[in-house]
Amino acid sequence: MEWLYSDIVKDHFMNPRNVLEDETSFQADGLGTVGNIKCGDQMLVAIKVKDGVITDCKWKTYGCASAIASTSMLSEVVKGMKLEEAYHITPEEINRRLGGLPEHKIHCSVLGDKALRAAIDDYYRKTGQEDKIQKEKAIIVCQCMNVTDKDIERAVKEGARTYLDLQNKTKIGTVCGQCKEQTLKLLEEYVHLYG
Amino acid sequence: MPERIVYMDYNATTPLHPEVKKALVEGFDIFGNASSMHTLGRKAHEEIEKARKVVADFLGAYPEEIVFTGGGSESNNTVLQMIDCGSATCRCMSKGRLGLVTTQIEHPSVLNVAQYMENKGISVAYLPVDPTGKVDMEAYKKALAKSPALVSIMMANNEIGTIQDIRTLARMAKEKGALFHTDAVQAVGKLPISVHELGIDYLSFSAHKLYGPKGVGILYVRKGAPYCTFIHGGHQEEGRRAGTYNTLGIIGLGKAIEIASKEMDEEVARVRALRDTLKKGIQDRIPDIHINGHPTDTLPGTLNVSFQGVEGESILLYLDMEGIEVSTGSACASGSLEPSHVLLATGVGPELAHGSIRFSLGRENTIEDVNYVLEKLPSIIQRLRKMSSAYSVPSLGRSA
Ligand SMILES: Cc1ncc(COP(=O)(O)O)c(C=O)c1O
Ligand code: FES
Repeated sequence: MEWLYSDIVKDHFMNPRNVLEDETSFQADGLGTVGNIKCGDQMLVAIKVKDGVITDCKWKTYGCASAIASTSMLSEVVKGMKLEEAYHITPEEINRRLGGLPEHKIHCSVLGDKALRAAIDDYYRKTGQEDKIQKEKAIIVCQCMNVTDKDIERAVKEGARTYLDLQNKTKIGTVCGQCKEQTLKLLEEYVHLYG
Repeated sequence: MPERIVYMDYNATTPLHPEVKKALVEGFDIFGNASSMHTLGRKAHEEIEKARKVVADFLGAYPEEIVFTGGGSESNNTVLQMIDCGSATCRCMSKGRLGLVTTQIEHPSVLNVAQYMENKGISVAYLPVDPTGKVDMEAYKKALAKSPALVSIMMANNEIGTIQDIRTLARMAKEKGALFHTDAVQAVGKLPISVHELGIDYLSFSAHKLYGPKGVGILYVRKGAPYCTFIHGGHQEEGRRAGTYNTLGIIGLGKAIEIASKEMDEEVARVRALRDTLKKGIQDRIPDIHINGHPTDTLPGTLNVSFQGVEGESILLYLDMEGIEVSTGSACASGSLEPSHVLLATGVGPELAHGSIRFSLGRENTIEDVNYVLEKLPSIIQRLRKMSSAYSVPSLGRSA
């Protein structure tokens, strides 16, 4: 019988590569953590860097099979890669190498590359290269429901004026609720801009 | 291939009881339309009425109070949509009352209908529950004070197994003039039920949760309780539910109930002992867990456990590799982004809801199955925790 995921996903899920098992002995040059367990997934990526190239990449995750497999794959792919190149790795690329994930599972695989970018940013910061840090286009505000600041902006443009309007349109803040404060701030900003 | 296949997802559905299977195979030849007057039609009719009697006896009801339906979801829809059936000639249950009271932990086949009714202008109160899954009585009293038309509260929860005190809840509803429905899909065959003693007006049940076939169920409707037809068409079920009788399904359902009426007590005790062994075994072997649901008022075969620091879908799939079949309240396995609404309602928090696994045991499980799970589960949890950024990174801590 066919498994839920591709054979490659299954292999990476069952035998994940480069898991950070002993954090005390791994001296990371850059460390990035994104996501939140309250929302169902969290990711930590640790890298070693030499001459602008990633020489080692380890990770840990609280997440589902897609998250585990895609980060395992990512950690393989970025080893030996230049920082600039690794910075722009997309979930689509990892997804392709995994032989595809089911549509509704793709959102589970996007934390790996974000954590990697956070780790690279951390490295840039530690080595005085802040100028290389790039601003993300859309920032996820609600981890649980995967809602970004762009989604909030769009909802406001479409007429949302209250937190409840926003929730009806985007489902933001309907799970753990920890994003409420930030959402309210953004709501105020956008209502001010477009209201 | 795994060493063993252990199915522990009986709350999702059950395999056919061998005797039900036998009855179904024999039933294949009873193809007559139960509404036909000729011999074959009458034969089908006879089988259906026999099943109706068996069900009625089992529930302490009159045969004419039993309506056969297409399953639990249809039974629930039939009752909830009676609040506002939309027909001008119908004497709806409401008599000017237009409110519905239900709980936050109902099955989607109640919750989503409630939401649908809300969109049609019905006011709905979704009662909160306490950490064990029992309905909040203060909130219930307040909701009843608003004179709702109908109360719908499930007898036993499919995810955490918590059993409600239906007798008390129904009495309170009656005192306020509201009708009372209970979704007993998970309870029938596991708890002794007498509809008249409970004082309820409607009850839903579905055969596939009790070793019967899928797509067939019943709705108990108390004599004299308001009723509006949901599926309009022919005169079947005294005009209460149209559609050519599902003879085969009804035969299977009747057989399943017949068996339950003989075996229930013994089977419930056996399954409960297995569940308790599993529970104790997990508690002894695995640290940092949380048992969800009520400690005693719970379905005999249900065990819902949250494992700190690990996500449910990962656990489920690792268990599946070992041949162990269970379910999870994690968002990732549901296809939505939200974890179990039931667990969230009990207040365990999203973190533990995402890390929950439901074991639901039934008649084919043995002590060997339980031991097999206890042998495999600890190393799976350990392995995932080692990988987890939420469990084993001291500097990250375990966020509150
Ligand atoms: C509590 C409860 N109610 C209703 C249903 C729906 O029953 P059916 O699958 O027969 O529509 C189920 C099972 O899925 C259930 O567990
Ligand atoms: S981050 Fe959890 S609800 Fe928004």
